[in-house]
Amino acid sequence: MTSATAFQPPDALQPVLTGLREHFPDAVVEVSGHRGEVTVELDRAHLVEVATWLRDDPAARFRLLADLSGTDYLKLDDRPERLCVDYHLYSFDHNARLRLKVRVSVEDPHVPTVTGVWATANWHEREVYDFFGVRFDGHPNLIRILMPEDWKGYPQRKDYPLGGVDVEYKGAHVPPPDTRRYRGGWTST
Amino acid sequence: MSELETPRLDRPTDELVDEAVVRPGEAHDLPPATAAEQVSLNERRAKQVIAMGGGDWAEVTARADAEDQDDVMVINMGPQHPSTHGVLRLVVTLRGEEVTSLQPVVGYLHTGIEKSTEFRTWVQGVTFVTRMDYLAPIFNETAYCLAVEKLLGIEAPPRAQALRVLMMELNRISSHLVWLATTGLELGALSMMLYGFREREEILDILEDVTGLRMNHAWVRPAGLSQDLPDGTEDKVRAFVRDMDGKVDEYETLLTNNPIWVERTRGIGELGLDQLIDLGVTGPMLRAAGLDHDLRKAEPYCGYEQYDFDVPTATGADVYARYRVRVAEMRESLKIVEQVLDSLPGGPVMLEDPKIAWPARLALGPDGLGNSPAHVRHIMGESMEALIHHFKMVTEGFKVPQGEVYVPVESPRGELGYHVVSDGGNLPYRVHVRDPSFVNLQSAAPMMEGRLLVADIIAALSSIDPVLGGVDR
Amino acid sequence: MQSGSGLEKMPGGILVTTIEKLANWARKGSLWPATFGLACCAIEMMAAGAGRYDLARFGMEVFRASPRQADLMIVSGRVSQKMAPVLRTIYDQMPEPKWVISMGVCATSGGMFNNYAIVQGVDQIVPVDMYVPGCPPRPEMLIDGILKLHEKVRSGEPRSKLVLQDTGGRR
Repeated sequence: MTSATAFQPPDALQPVLTGLREHFPDAVVEVSGHRGEVTVELDRAHLVEVATWLRDDPAARFRLLADLSGTDYLKLDDRPERLCVDYHLYSFDHNARLRLKVRVSVEDPHVPTVTGVWATANWHEREVYDFFGVRFDGHPNLIRILMPEDWKGYPQRKDYPLGGVDVEYKGAHVPPPDTRRYRGGWTST
Repeated sequence: MSELETPRLDRPTDELVDEAVVRPGEAHDLPPATAAEQVSLNERRAKQVIAMGGGDWAEVTARADAEDQDDVMVINMGPQHPSTHGVLRLVVTLRGEEVTSLQPVVGYLHTGIEKSTEFRTWVQGVTFVTRMDYLAPIFNETAYCLAVEKLLGIEAPPRAQALRVLMMELNRISSHLVWLATTGLELGALSMMLYGFREREEILDILEDVTGLRMNHAWVRPAGLSQDLPDGTEDKVRAFVRDMDGKVDEYETLLTNNPIWVERTRGIGELGLDQLIDLGVTGPMLRAAGLDHDLRKAEPYCGYEQYDFDVPTATGADVYARYRVRVAEMRESLKIVEQVLDSLPGGPVMLEDPKIAWPARLALGPDGLGNSPAHVRHIMGESMEALIHHFKMVTEGFKVPQGEVYVPVESPRGELGYHVVSDGGNLPYRVHVRDPSFVNLQSAAPMMEGRLLVADIIAALSSIDPVLGGVDR
Repeated sequence: MQSGSGLEKMPGGILVTTIEKLANWARKGSLWPATFGLACCAIEMMAAGAGRYDLARFGMEVFRASPRQADLMIVSGRVSQKMAPVLRTIYDQMPEPKWVISMGVCATSGGMFNNYAIVQGVDQIVPVDMYVPGCPPRPEMLIDGILKLHEKVRSGEPRSKLVLQDTGGRR
């Protein structure tokens, strides 16, 4: 990922990034950009205050939490904090988007909840809990949402198998997709 | 324990009015059931016959309030229910007819699509994501392909973009038609169901001509489209647009000023703008509350900035306002379709880059659509490299540089966003879909608790327009 | 009072055969489906019931919301693990005689979703009388399947029984 100096954030986000560095110097772990989008990685202890500032400060006014998703970085990099929670914010006033990231490890998967900042986070956080096992502290109702309530395991982690059965076709057995050899491919220019 | 018999009243029925109204402390006046001494007060009340004329209703309700009867009922609606737009389960707590609490339970259609895309190539991913929101499959495909193209750093050719817009707007109309049809059916306007599906069949005919399938098309591919418009499509679409305007007028004549429709939808399911934004609601629900936020205007994609159209809004923020907004959106979509046809550029529909483009050269043959004989001759007889290239592109696909993007589009339900993470390989690393139905459904509880009666749950739920395939993915 | 099994147990004879034939003809003439639309196939099922591909000409336009009043369950769409017990409950609530059409590849065999979340074929849970493949099947394909089922009903063929296969521990 490119460092903060090597990319130019969109104009609407310049005051936001400056403000973040001023007000929360020890909250920001890394600022990066890719294909015109800006990502700010935060330390989880400061998540709620940064989120509140981003929602309320007139230079930012990120009133819409567009998306809250989880990713498992097990196969992508070697950091011990494998589970990542992404917050995609949108500001109506400045027509700008920002992504926040918080990374936690599987052994200590606690992240403070942002349902007090944006009410829409409720079901999104339940979904991230359901599929990745991240515990959102302070969530009003942290139970599984899409899997059956007594399901064991967190299906979208990289070490959880896809499942599926052998398919028999004209006498041959076709193994389930996660056991087939698929890697390779052309490198695009 | 012996069965309780329903008390038989030996009086003629026309004398039951007024006389059978139960007053406090008079429960024992009814003919006693068998083993009445063993029956508790609550059970005895359950067996009472209450029949009344008009004037007594206020008295009865006042009495009920004074006694603070435990009229609390917990009702389970679904997951198999004709009126919940799919397999949605609502656990509703009622006091009389008022909803005191409503808890949606989702997950009955969870398919693991997001995880399945991690084991298929980038192009095969299109066939998976298209089945999420199954009423607007072109939007799913387009958003996914836009995200992949953003990661690749390329843009599809202009003709492909214009055709994507054409198909997306037709799909928007057909999705709103299904909404109108099912809402009409649920609120009692049964003929609306037939009209909506009749028009939808016209659109599905066009979609079938262009993409090959009525639903779940897999037509939009990264770097373009799989095939161009066949001959004669333009005339068909223009004929449809001419027809459809008159048909939308028909629907408005049937519903917009219809006193029954207005009674059932006006004032139902109101949620203020601040609350809607806090809940993350986007799409027609947000526009019906007064905010004219539309991603086609705010963050244009696929060349939307060249087309001239309005974003309809309303201020009522209730079911009626959402109905007006969706019908107006259908008209705007027709405008856009005409403009696309008028300004359709020529050129290829797939990027010419051989490292990314789908290698088939499709042509109409005697047995249907397939690879053109010239192409087959080339790869089988003339060039080994071309054969290997074709084989590898089809089986393994292209690699996408490492990175992550979030691409939103304006689907008929709201902001449909794709958060795609790539690890540099030929399989996606993570595809997360921000589906508007999932987020909009969260507003069901604040909209209905403490404010609505049972019969209005259906109207309000229907105005959210949830598609459970998108909610559960 | 049980309907189907009473007739089948009666002793044979010309009069009774005629009654059987009449009963089967009546059953196939108004086979009422229970609404069990799950996913994309449900939309095609609704289209089959709408104006262009009219199911009313076969006596089937009344999709009964209550399974107690239905005799046909068209499982249209993918059955997830969470939905499977509900499916079985609805099937059990339908009174005899009842038939099941498995519409679409997801209901027939799990379809393209060979993973942890989807039941690989609804015949793991309920006995199926007619499989209609497609993703989704066109309304005409569904009507073809329904007409073949009508033939099956009219001829009085015994209904499918649920046969659980021994998978040899491969699952």
